[in-house]
Amino acid sequence: MAITRRQLFTGIAKAGVPAAVAVTVGTDALLAGEPIPVPSAAVGLLYDASICIGCKACVAACAEANDTPPDTRGDELHQAPNDLNDLTRNVIKLYKPEDGSAFSFVKRQCMHCLDPACAAGCPFQALHKDPESGVVSWTAEKCIGCRYCTITCPYHIPRFQWMGFNPRVTKCELCSHRLEKGLKPGCTSVCPTGAVIFGPRSVLLLDAKQRIKNNPGRYYQNRVYGEIDNGGTQALYLSKVPFEKLGLPELGPESVPARTLRWQRRFYQYFALPALLYAGLVQVIRKSLKGHEQEAHEREKETGLRAQL
Amino acid sequence: MPTGERETIGTHLKESGVSRRSFLQLCSKIIIAAPIGLSLTRRATAAQVARIVGKARRPSVIWLHFQDCTGCTETLLRTSAPDVAHLILDVISLDYHETLMAASGAQAEAALRSAIEENAGKYVLVVEGSIPTRDDGVYMELGSRPAIQVVKEVAGQAAAVIAIGSCASWGGVPSADPNPTGAVGVDSVISGKPIINLPGCPPNPYNLLAVVLEYATMGRLPELDEFHRPRFAYDRVIHENCPRRAHFDAGRFAAAFGDEGHRKGWCLYKLGCKGPVTHAACATRHFNELPGVWPIGTGVPCVGCTEKGVVWQMSTVETVPIHLATPPDTYPPIYSTAGQLKVGAGALVGAIAGAVGGAAWVASQRFQSSTEAGVVRVAADIAHAEKLKAKPASKAVAHSDDRKED
Repeated sequence: MAITRRQLFTGIAKAGVPAAVAVTVGTDALLAGEPIPVPSAAVGLLYDASICIGCKACVAACAEANDTPPDTRGDELHQAPNDLNDLTRNVIKLYKPEDGSAFSFVKRQCMHCLDPACAAGCPFQALHKDPESGVVSWTAEKCIGCRYCTITCPYHIPRFQWMGFNPRVTKCELCSHRLEKGLKPGCTSVCPTGAVIFGPRSVLLLDAKQRIKNNPGRYYQNRVYGEIDNGGTQALYLSKVPFEKLGLPELGPESVPARTLRWQRRFYQYFALPALLYAGLVQVIRKSLKGHEQEAHEREKETGLRAQL
Repeated sequence: MPTGERETIGTHLKESGVSRRSFLQLCSKIIIAAPIGLSLTRRATAAQVARIVGKARRPSVIWLHFQDCTGCTETLLRTSAPDVAHLILDVISLDYHETLMAASGAQAEAALRSAIEENAGKYVLVVEGSIPTRDDGVYMELGSRPAIQVVKEVAGQAAAVIAIGSCASWGGVPSADPNPTGAVGVDSVISGKPIINLPGCPPNPYNLLAVVLEYATMGRLPELDEFHRPRFAYDRVIHENCPRRAHFDAGRFAAAFGDEGHRKGWCLYKLGCKGPVTHAACATRHFNELPGVWPIGTGVPCVGCTEKGVVWQMSTVETVPIHLATPPDTYPPIYSTAGQLKVGAGALVGAIAGAVGGAAWVASQRFQSSTEAGVVRVAADIAHAEKLKAKPASKAVAHSDDRKED
């Protein structure tokens, strides 16, 4: 018996669906909830907003260390970036409430998340987390300029160079080039009050917890932002004012990529949703086809001509 | 002055009746003038500096004037206390100086010759004023010889040449366009000798004193930059140590002479201050030992007198670029407002959207709707079918007609 084209395609589709279900449901990748590994030699920053005096030495030092010209686009006179941008990897901002309650400076730079959303969103691994130091850095050769990283990052850290024919993505890379030479990152090397310090993440975390212990009630919620937030970050924050006021959102202990993955896994659990969708589509097509056949039949009756499908 | 070994500075001061107190004060001023960059002032206290300076032989200095205004000499003499000027002249042995000596004419010429002969190879030549070079240097002559010849001759036997003031350093006022005399600095006509430029109009005399004493006590010259300026005095721009810097960082600028900001002592940048590009130590080393007696201190913008490319090249009201911009006294908010749609951009986007929408509507009017098209098509089909139905009938009739004819 000869097989028609139609029979061949139908057969493939019928065999393919159960195969796909078996392969997808059976994959280990669907097992949710694995813990985020902390890189073996994770380094980081500890920024204590309560002792920052807002001198911005770190802003100038950062530009110098990274060999970027100062961003003078504001008034042509000062290095006055309005926010992080294509020339600014590190910025000091001011939270000053109208009602005159406690104000605070905040240093913003890459958080070097343990599970970075920018790297998860990047389709070509141009943003990459170093497996040893945990530094998240950007590689020009792999970047296609899609700017997914700038959208996925919950802290809005990677910035795109909008003006330029060969644009770059700029973000703090923890002065990796200085670390290789045994130097500290630019910002921590100049801070006059020690508001931002550099070191292994574990040591910084202990230091931060010690500060909280020694000064009960001084710090907001008596906790270190970044210990568990967004799955844990390598830049840690202490503050007197609520973290949300400083632009550090309450993201919970689950990282942004993990949350997305959890929902994606739910969609594909037991392949129920895709199967339902497939069934629905089949139904729609069948119904629509039936309608067409009916119409064609009526036309044929009326005109006496075979409908041209 | 007898030939041979010169007396030490210490003995000379004692003989001249200078008190130890005023000598120590001078030494502390040298420390202030050159806090870094000199091996002489690397000592902790003025007493230690005084001990070294006291033991040194008085350095012989020959001072020549060319195309100048004598302002550099005046700044050396016009110290706030007459003591200091005398003290400086006691510390260095100023063996030839046309403004200060009594001799004139042939007597003066003889004095210069003897000063050169006595200290050949050991004296420091200080040049004040630019050297005219055009038309074989005829625009300035000393004792019937062109200035260029005199300076070459005297510098030939000197241990080092110090060009004091902007004129001697790079041409100064006489070299301003159109530079009729072809005025140039000393380093353009002399070669093979160490040359130290101390530009400024006038420069701070303590810079001269520090350089001369460094040479007399340590036997060497200070570290120089690419323009032969000693780094201890010219390594930074005025802007970096300006007493009005806080106003610059806070964005408080005087907009016009005599306005409120000017009266309050705000930053003079917008009035044309050249501080951001001018390498000099005026902000930290006071003139005449008095704080505030310098242009910016009195409310006048810096004109950049030490800089060749600034003072006679730029208008006094022209503002200069900031080479090393530093953060201001202000902060961005936590959530920046960047990226808000501006009115112009919004209007443009609206105009484009409107044009596209309008074009689409106009285009749509030229086509039938799909329902109309369907009706037309069905009608055509029916008409066609009816035509076909009718045809065989007419043909049959024709055939029957044929048969009839047959």
